[in-house]
Parts: sequence; C-alpha cells; structure tokens
Amino acid sequence: MPHAPVVIVGAGLAGYTLAKELRKLAPEQPITLITADSGALYSKPMLSNALAQGQTAPTLVQATALAQAEKLQLDLRPNCSVSAIYPQQHRLETESGELPYAQLVLALGARPRQLDFPGAELALSVNNLDDYARFRARLTPGAHVLILGAGLVGCEFANDLAASGHAVTLVEAGERALQHMAPASLSLRLQNSLQSIGVQCHFGSGAREIKQLEHGYAVSLGNGCHLNADLVLSATGLIPETALAKSAGLAVGQGILVNDQLCTSAADIYALGDCVELGVSGSSQVLPYVLPLMQQARVLASILSGTPSRLSLPALPVAVKTPACPMVLCPPDRNAPGDWHCERDDSLGAIHHFLGRDGGLLGFALAGDACGQRRQLAGRAPALLE
Amino acid sequence: MTQLAEADSAVGTRKWICLVCDFIYDEAKGIPEEGIAPGTPMAAIPDTWACPDCGVTKADFEPYDD
Ligand SMILES: Cc1cc2nc3c(=O)[nH]c(=O)nc-3n(C[C@H](O)[C@H](O)[C@H](O)COP(=O)(O)OP(=O)(O)OC[C@H]3O[C@@H](n4cnc5c(N)ncnc54)[C@H](O)[C@@H]3O)c2cc1C
Ligand SMILES: [Zn+2]
Repeated sequence: MPHAPVVIVGAGLAGYTLAKELRKLAPEQPITLITADSGALYSKPMLSNALAQGQTAPTLVQATALAQAEKLQLDLRPNCSVSAIYPQQHRLETESGELPYAQLVLALGARPRQLDFPGAELALSVNNLDDYARFRARLTPGAHVLILGAGLVGCEFANDLAASGHAVTLVEAGERALQHMAPASLSLRLQNSLQSIGVQCHFGSGAREIKQLEHGYAVSLGNGCHLNADLVLSATGLIPETALAKSAGLAVGQGILVNDQLCTSAADIYALGDCVELGVSGSSQVLPYVLPLMQQARVLASILSGTPSRLSLPALPVAVKTPACPMVLCPPDRNAPGDWHCERDDSLGAIHHFLGRDGGLLGFALAGDACGQRRQLAGRAPALLE
Repeated sequence: MTQLAEADSAVGTRKWICLVCDFIYDEAKGIPEEGIAPGTPMAAIPDTWACPDCGVTKADFEPYDD
C-alpha cells in the first residue's frame, strides 16, 4: 500500500505533539489524525488551574480542529471513534468507514478509574475539555464541591476551587494526601496549606455511597461520616486506554506495551502518551505526564521519518500546581529500598531526599522556596530509562 | 521617550523554563514565529500566552539559569 498515510489516533497532547514533530521532519508525509473528541487543542494540565486564572472551557481552546489541520497539514477526522484495528491487513475500522495505514500510532490517553459503590456514577470526573465544560456548567458561584481522592489532580482541583470562592471538602481513603509520591511531612504541609484556604479534609476513610438529594448529594464514608455537597468530583486515578489494542491482539499490561522505540507487539503499530506502558529490560512503567510524552513524540517522529532513534528518560520531577503550597515531587521507583531523609523543613520551604541503602539519591521532594532546586537534584537522581 | 516607554522597550536577556514540559523561553531570542520579537522580556508577554509545547500559561514558568 504505497500511498497509505501515517495514521495517528487521538488528539491529546500526545497525538498533536507527535503530528507537530513529524511535520517538522517530514514536510510531505501524508498524516491522518482520527479522534473521538472535537479535535480542539487544549492543555490538559490547565484544567485543574483554570478557575483561579479566570479561564473557561471555551477560553481553554488554543486552536480548533480546523486550525490544527491547516497548520500541520493533516487529514483530520474529528468526532470519529476507531472501533477496531486489523494489524495483518494494516487497516482500521472507524465510525465512518475503513481506512488503510502504512504506520499506525495509538495516542489514546487514559480514562478515569470506575468506582464501584452505590451511586458512584453520580460523581463527575474531569479528564478532558468536554468533561470540564460539563463540570463548569454545573458549578454555581460559591458551590460546595466534594472531591474524592487527594492525589495530584484532586489536590490541584481543591486548591483551584477554594481559591476561587467555593467550599471544598477533600475525601481520601488513605491516611494522607499524595501518599504514593511524597514523604509524610510534605503531605501534612500540603494538607495544612489547603486547610488554611478553607478546604475541609476527611482522610483515612473512602466514600461508600453517593445519594442524590433534592438539592445536591449526600456522600457516606466508610467510617460512618455523612457529608453533603452541591457537586461530587471524582479524582481517583486514571487507567490507560487499552481496550482497542487488546481486542486487536496487541500485548497489553497495565497499558499498551511498547519498547524504547515506542513499538507495540504488532508490526507498524506504535503508541505513546498516557495509554502506554514502557516495558524495557525487565522493568515497566506507566508515566502519565507531559514531559515523557513530549520526549516520546520526538523520538517517534524521528523513527517515523526514517531515522532510527531510542527513547531515554531522565529522572522526572513533577510540579504540583497547588499555589497554596507549591511542591516538586520526584518519587523513587515503587520497589526501591530506602528511606526519606529531611534536609530542611521550615516555614519557607522543605527539602527531602530519598536515599537508597548505599546512601545514593533515588528521589526527592521539595516545597516552597526550595522548588528551584528541582533541576539540579533531578540531574543527580537515577534516570528512568538510560 | 518617557520612562515608562523605556522600561517597556528594555531588552530582556533572561531565560525561563516551563514547569510542566521544560520548554525554555529565551528572552534574547524571543519566538519570532509567534510574533514575539527577540529581546521581549517575559513580563511583556501577555498573561494569555500559552507555552508553545504544552499550552500552560506564564504562571507555570520559573527563571532558568544555565
Ligand atoms: C487535571 C489534570 C492535570 C494534570 N496536570 C499535569 C501536570 O501538571 N503535569 C504533567 O506532566 N501532567 C499533568 N497531567 C497529565 C497530562 O495532562 C497527561 O499526561 C497528558 O495530557 C496525556 O495526553 P495524551 O495525549 O496521552 O492523552 P489524552 O489527552 O487523554 O488524549 C487521548 C485522545 O485519544 C482519543 N481517543 C481515545 N480513544 C479513541 C478511539 N477509540 N478512537 C478515536 N480517538 C480516541 C481521545 O478523544 C483523545 O483525543 C494532568 C492531568 C489532568 C487530568
Ligand atoms: Zn510547557
């Protein structure tokens, strides 16, 4: 099929960054981009900071699908879901017919984890621009929002809502905020800062039931607590979008498995962004952040334009966008033996190092005026992928 | 020229890094393809400007010293 295009599925930061990088390297390459959403370009990390910055769903659109198609010279097909992939035939099935591909790139993102307790479906989750528009349409000035989950996204939304005049209750089943990423003292620092701007924290017991009331919702927690709110927002984590790949017979773990050249288990099918699990030399990781996705896009653009390339990833510090308590977290590998050591922890800022058994720096966590050290420390921490 | 105009036209020489994606804004170079002339200080870029790589605003940039 000499004239089949490179087909990218997904118009999130992964799909669009790849299209942009590939266009730079291959001005003549036919590129088709298919996406289930409207194809509007927006910055997903802005969703949890938009209120305080005076942004709305429409102002978050940075370019329409049409403008993107023109700028990047794409055959862009918005509002079109891909329903099946036939790897042997190099063919896709979409809502509006079949399509051949020379090379296929899956940039399908991740979806919110389904909660399974009575009434869980009454909680909103905000994982894309359409979700955000729905959320804002239902958010009245000063409304009381109950957030489920005190991870990165839950804490950022709590800060953004509280700072823009809403009442906020933050519910977390675990004992503390950001428990998988931060040392306990930084979790506490964040909790105190959120409380100081009015966030009510209920930690140590998760939601068991949500009931619709005449006005708003009643949420019951495992510890018997009953809380009322105008809206319930769920921020309990994302799971890579793997169904399409799985039914096409591609190797799938937590995410769509790819190697350091972003190849899936099928010839001419690649994947990047939140939908992938990088499996390299025995270790495997899902990295649902912008920085790794940008690096993946650059490497894949190079490969697709004919120049062999491999992914390498330095340590990945993540900025927690909570203005009440700015932090940078670079947690160690989940299974790494070692302990957090406090270098400094005072009212202005904090520095914590995670040291391995041999005293080597495996991770770090910074707060306040120490956040500026992130690049210097990241240079000393182990690379995610050599 | 008034003092204000002088401050406005001051040529920037600092660099800034995006906290989300590591994009570096070099004031000396500007971003001519986006209409940001070489020498434009970060402070003179509108608040609605978006990081060319990941789309976050100026609020998510910090000074960068190489
Ligand atoms: C509120 C929030 C704040 C965040 N803040 C940060 C931050 O500060 N820093 C950071 O590094 N990361 C942050 N992240 C994570 C970051 O935004 C994601 O890692 C990144 O946006 C993922 O991009 P993606 O393109 O892989 O996925 P997505 O943006 O989810 O895009 C997936 C695309 O695939 C399409 N699609 C899916 N299935 C199909 C199908 N079958 N057919 C056709 N199209 C399909 C969808 O319509 C969509 O266009 C944040 C995430 C959230 C939710
Ligand atoms: Zn950026």
